[in-house]
Amino acid sequence: MRPSRFALLAGAIGAPAAAGTVTVTIPKLDVAEYHRPYVAIWLEPAGGGTARTLGVWYDVKKRGNEPGTKWLADLRAWWRKGGRSMAMPADGVSGATRAPGQYSIPLPADLKPGQYILNVEAARETGGRELVSVPLSIPKPTARAAGKAELGAIAVSPR
Amino acid sequence: MSPFVRRLIAAAALVSVPALVSAHRGWLLPSGTVFSGTDSWVTVDAAISNDLFFFDHQPLRIEPMKVWQPDGSEGQLQNGATGRYRSTFDVKLDKPGTWKIGLVQNAVMGSFKADGVEKRIGRRGPPRPGDAAALTVADIPANATDVKVVEMSGRNEIFVTAGEPTTKVFATTGKGLEFVPITHPDELVAGQPARFRFLIDGNPAAGLKATVVPGGKRYRDAEGARELVAGPDGVVTVTWPTAGMYWLNATATDAKPTTPRANERRMNYTTTLEVLTP
Repeated sequence: MRPSRFALLAGAIGAPAAAGTVTVTIPKLDVAEYHRPYVAIWLEPAGGGTARTLGVWYDVKKRGNEPGTKWLADLRAWWRKGGRSMAMPADGVSGATRAPGQYSIPLPADLKPGQYILNVEAARETGGRELVSVPLSIPKPTARAAGKAELGAIAVSPR
Repeated sequence: MSPFVRRLIAAAALVSVPALVSAHRGWLLPSGTVFSGTDSWVTVDAAISNDLFFFDHQPLRIEPMKVWQPDGSEGQLQNGATGRYRSTFDVKLDKPGTWKIGLVQNAVMGSFKADGVEKRIGRRGPPRPGDAAALTVADIPANATDVKVVEMSGRNEIFVTAGEPTTKVFATTGKGLEFVPITHPDELVAGQPARFRFLIDGNPAAGLKATVVPGGKRYRDAEGARELVAGPDGVVTVTWPTAGMYWLNATATDAKPTTPRANERRMNYTTTLEVLTP
């Protein structure tokens, strides 16, 4: 994320200016063999257009014959919508897979006002795959959705 | 049914010109069509069978199989092996883009009568030791009657993509029946219609008949085949009810063979398409 003027001024608050916050929940699953899911979070203009990836969580450290990037294509929707044209790792976008829990990601401050679709896709080794899409508007985005299996609650708040 | 046609059907059961005249279906089945990075390998099964995609009849031969790299140059086929029911081989997808893997087959089959004796042109199956050389159109004597010569050409190919899809391997030759995707064959999604153009000698194959059959035949009752007809622009529109592997076949017959003495031309195009969930 680009540090903004406001962030520098508001050092005491600590958070850089953002158009909002996305909260993604990775559910705790009671399965025999659990691996943390690959997750992609991206925005698409509601009327169609270029997708903007906000986050990709994958096995960053795995190298060699079968690097962690090999299974990025399993995030099928994200892969087709633009993941395949990104170089990994991507600064400020990619990161390691996450354990079950709630995670917050800022919406980029430079988002133009308008209607968007927020997509969250998860794919798990020896597990399922799920895509949750929810509309939101910038500025003042609020949205709420939930996955059924691989994803928990997804929330967007204006701050 | 004429003896000639019956013989063609008999020939179809044999391995030499399987995809061309067979009631059975020749197919290539890739392990995947969408790959991340340039460390991936695709492994391919190649067989001839009725039920898709189960190998229970004959293997497709590996020898005529070719690989086209994303830049259009020829690539390498590795670890080829032919078993009782299927062939299998690997391709290392070490360059980004869309690869084409498959075969082009041409054959001339026919018959004529000379001095009251019927003779065959072309050979059924691979040559066996001690066989006389097969007759060709050049062997048709001047006094021959009932000359029937059919020129057959077929393509059977698949498309796999490493990273971003490219379109260079869709370049056409302007000869015979060819496939020109409008929707990229590695971007097929259930519920979204796909459009493919077919050309014959470089011109839109108006009214061309195509068949789409989903894989997994053993696990359902219906054959599930759909017959499609190309519009005047040679375009076939296919909708995919569910994700999975689909076999697409198109055939055309006309009276424009390029082989001397041939009076008929039969063309065949086959591809296997993978459809993913939205």
